[in-house]
Amino acid sequence: MTQLALVIDLNVCVGCQACVTNCKEWNTSGSAGPMVDQNPYGKDPTGTFFNRVQTYEVGEFPNTETIHFPKSCLHCEDPPCVPVCPTGASYKRKEDGIVLVDYDKCIGCKYCSWACPYGVREFDEQQKIMKKCTLCVDRIYDPKMTEEERRPACVRACPTSARLYGDIHDPESEVSQAIREAGGYQLMPE
Amino acid sequence: MTPTPVEEIKKTTCYMCACRCGIRVHLRDGEVRYIDGNPDHPLNKGVICAKGSSGIMKQYSPARLTRPLRRKPGSERGAGEFEPISWEEAFSTLAERLGKIRATDPKKFALFTGRDQMQALTGLFARQFGTPNYAAHGGFCSVNMAAGMIYTIGGSFWEFGGPDLDRAKLFVMIGTAEDHHSNPLKIALSKFKRDGGRFVSINPVRTGYSAIADEWVPIRPGTDGALLLAFIHEIIAKGLYDRDFLVRHSNAGQLVNVAEASDEFGMFVRAEVPQEEACYDPQDKLWWDRNTNRPVVTHTAGADPYLRGEFRMGDGTVVKPSFQLLQERVKDYTPEWAEGITGIPADTIRRLAHEMGVTARDQKIELPISWTDTWGVEHDTVTGNPVAFHAMRGLAAHSNGFQTIRALGILMSLLGTIDRPGGFRHKVPFPRPIPPCARTPNHPKAVQPNRPLDGMALGWPSDPDDLFVDEDGSPVRLDKGFSWEYPLSVHGLMHNAITNAWRGDPYKIDTLMIFMANMAWNSTMNAVEVRKMLNDKDETGEYKIPFIVVADAFQSEMTAFADLILPDTTYLERHDVMSILDRPISEFDGPVDSVRVPVVPPTGECKPFQEVLIELGTRLKLPVFVNKDGGRKYRDYPDFIINYETEPGSGIGFLAGWRGKGGEKFMRGEPNPNQWEMYAKNDCVFHYELPKSYQYMRNWNKGYLEWSQRNRITRYAEPILIHLYSEVLQKFRSAAQGKGLTRKPPEHLKKRIETWFDPLPFYADTLEGQATDKQKYPLAAITQRPMAMYHSWDSQNAWLRQIHAHNLLHVNTQTARHLGIADGDWIWVESPWGKVRCMAQHSDAVEPGTVWTWNAIGKAAGAWGLSPDANESQRGFLLNHLISEELPGGAGHVSNSDPITGQAAWYDVRVRIYKAEAGEPEQTSPQFEPMKRYPGQSESRSVWNFFAGKVSK
Repeated sequence: MTQLALVIDLNVCVGCQACVTNCKEWNTSGSAGPMVDQNPYGKDPTGTFFNRVQTYEVGEFPNTETIHFPKSCLHCEDPPCVPVCPTGASYKRKEDGIVLVDYDKCIGCKYCSWACPYGVREFDEQQKIMKKCTLCVDRIYDPKMTEEERRPACVRACPTSARLYGDIHDPESEVSQAIREAGGYQLMPE
Repeated sequence: MTPTPVEEIKKTTCYMCACRCGIRVHLRDGEVRYIDGNPDHPLNKGVICAKGSSGIMKQYSPARLTRPLRRKPGSERGAGEFEPISWEEAFSTLAERLGKIRATDPKKFALFTGRDQMQALTGLFARQFGTPNYAAHGGFCSVNMAAGMIYTIGGSFWEFGGPDLDRAKLFVMIGTAEDHHSNPLKIALSKFKRDGGRFVSINPVRTGYSAIADEWVPIRPGTDGALLLAFIHEIIAKGLYDRDFLVRHSNAGQLVNVAEASDEFGMFVRAEVPQEEACYDPQDKLWWDRNTNRPVVTHTAGADPYLRGEFRMGDGTVVKPSFQLLQERVKDYTPEWAEGITGIPADTIRRLAHEMGVTARDQKIELPISWTDTWGVEHDTVTGNPVAFHAMRGLAAHSNGFQTIRALGILMSLLGTIDRPGGFRHKVPFPRPIPPCARTPNHPKAVQPNRPLDGMALGWPSDPDDLFVDEDGSPVRLDKGFSWEYPLSVHGLMHNAITNAWRGDPYKIDTLMIFMANMAWNSTMNAVEVRKMLNDKDETGEYKIPFIVVADAFQSEMTAFADLILPDTTYLERHDVMSILDRPISEFDGPVDSVRVPVVPPTGECKPFQEVLIELGTRLKLPVFVNKDGGRKYRDYPDFIINYETEPGSGIGFLAGWRGKGGEKFMRGEPNPNQWEMYAKNDCVFHYELPKSYQYMRNWNKGYLEWSQRNRITRYAEPILIHLYSEVLQKFRSAAQGKGLTRKPPEHLKKRIETWFDPLPFYADTLEGQATDKQKYPLAAITQRPMAMYHSWDSQNAWLRQIHAHNLLHVNTQTARHLGIADGDWIWVESPWGKVRCMAQHSDAVEPGTVWTWNAIGKAAGAWGLSPDANESQRGFLLNHLISEELPGGAGHVSNSDPITGQAAWYDVRVRIYKAEAGEPEQTSPQFEPMKRYPGQSESRSVWNFFAGKVSK
């Protein structure tokens, strides 16, 4: 069975945030949008981003590493956000494993965001509904796009090609090969 | 039923930072829906950065200026009271004022631009006007990198050349360099690492690309020169230099007169070969031949020069090869010596030097490409030594930066990596002769009423007689560029223009025009005082700088000080060119130029600055812009780009692609009326790929240099030998010592010239370091660039500011604890020149003697369309308040700059830090009166559900 996913090569991620804003610009005017910005020109601006980069330091000077860690929905094999949803708005697609939210069914109870171990669900304070990464579902099957374009926005934007995308259940896919060759690991496999 | 939205895709060129990637702008009902990288563009190959992806928020920003504005009559400058006027009124006001200046004393008009990729046009305008007072932002950015490298190897980094990471095995990045340039370097770094290359980052801070370095080597700011000289010491001591490369391609074997009493001391000895007066390096110098043990003309066939030793010429003159002098120079620059200065262990320095030398020597690349050198020798292969370097502002923005960068150029040359695979490679129009041929005038009579300037406003001095000074050695330029204070200030000194104009030193001006430069904030040192100067009045009540014009797309801090504001368009709204006459986007394999075409109409009454210059030039009847009868020559900027030629019939214009009547010619050809359409059809970019045999060793590549000469990219096809030893610098030093026939510096600058114009690189502490009590101010304070805000622009961007809304001062954890400063504490940062209050953050990714912050995030309250309580002004801060634009010295005032090039020494400042008192406001200091919204600016939304196609509905 197909399981589409993102694989991220932290060895080359420089934390440039291209994936963060390219995701935002594609999705805010796409099928998952709009993605609200509150106080966009005022104090403490906040907004909906399906993808964020965390930066942190590891180790003590001078043996310090600076790590940039992009985070978005992992489209888990067994997503904890789905069973907790009281309305069935959160669901995992059988055909490709993508986890989506049906906005029409969402009541904004936030159970899913409490259940998500990665904190990648984004509550829209204006519409009072939960939003999240769709793996650019409105790109990857769009017949009007070329094959190169039928990839998530974050993957296409990434200047260091740190982000790879594909079917991790297909051993011949680029992502499966990358995982094998670079010793890839799942976050929190449990 | 809702009609189906109209979707279309238009290609153009990005300008969210200075890299100029190819982009595709997706429009929905005429509104920008998405911007992605153009996969067919040679620069970015489809990728895009965080800034490029946020262009939508630039386009629709509430900081946009949309109408020409005039300071309200009776209101005070700086109060932000403006009223809209028509473009006709703006143009007639300007044409009248500038016309009078031009008819009386053209130097009283000064044009300084923040952007320096439009210099082919802005420079042309200034020259035609007749003013010497023109420069772009290079002087306060990275001129040391341009000058230090170009005066050594005939090329430099970024637009001029760069590391060949496709073939390098070892890559060493020194200092902050990430944004020059960004996406191509990211693409290359990733590939380099995946191919198994080793990446070493030498930087006081581990951020940016250093995060993915295999090794981080923390260094104290401003000490890079000591490190590089120690590398050179080791490379020479262990015999790891590429002797064959140096002999053929540098002046290593050429003999220098070392008879101290001689008037010719420090000059090369020359054969009696008559030379025409030209700007290339004549091949009249001498080697001491090992085979015959006598002096021979350089590069004599069959000869092999000694690189070491001391020899006596027939007339008794004692001479030494350049290389011998270099070896003597670095004798005491041991790794142990450098350890004490840089903070890097001697063993690490030695290990890295050996790694460079051994990698270069033992992992040679041979490409099966035949080529012919300038001496007519044919070669079957191109050799490469796969060690590559990259550096930019981190090295450059110090007052000792020029000599540091000379040392880097020499290290790269010793390793045999210049324009070779796996090392450093040039980009057209480089390499150029050392120095390049452009010269400024050298006397004040070049400035005459109603006449173009007799020479270039910016150039490349080759000796003291090229300086732009008057009879008594005083500067002709407002910024004192090309004077004895900063002789090789090849990009000018924009950072001193306001202070000098305010003081009337060297003279008062009338009108200051600033384009796209925030000289009242992050582009100026000493921002608090400079803001006062902009408003200051003389005893008669007149402003000391009588008239200030600001052209900008946004409500920057600088606009508040304007008497007249000209609203520029965004990059999505205009025609624009990235010309080979300027700073193009060439690749290693050949020249590339590119254009922007409008993808959306101008907002409000915005007008591209290019159009402003064409219109003003026409109204002022500047010769280039009018016909013989004085009538308009060019309808507009696109028309100018098509039809302008450097000389009548030269076939060379701003764009090299699709020339000739039908677009069938490249590089040279008659104007093509459909040139814009052809660029637009071809991804807005023209890429000319040189034959493989012209792609390497270009300083000495006969085929390439003759091609370059045919296309008027260079004037001469003579070899460009690397200057290990700089006779150019020695000429200035000799003048300071009273020798030679050239002009001599004024008494008060003799010592300075003699010290800094050393023909061989040396290490000295920075000027500010020498002048500061380091017990009192123990820490170095520097800035780095966040990738989401490269090139300092776009702090008003609604998406990007959610990534960085305020900046913190990053302090080494141990240093902070020692001072009792906790993570997140409010602190004071104090330099000899000022102090700021901000928040501290502990970090282990910074060396203990350095504190740093992100550049360009702190803003003045109310600027850039942000609310007065926005984080940028309340928690963000500007380090520039701690940096002085002048230092004590010289005859009163001297710029806080490199004494050779005038490069602004941003990274020299020393500070101390201490906790703010309990009860102090949790707000950055200093604060300024909040800026007001101007007529024509849109309201800032408090909530924005951006969805393209519905913005205006």
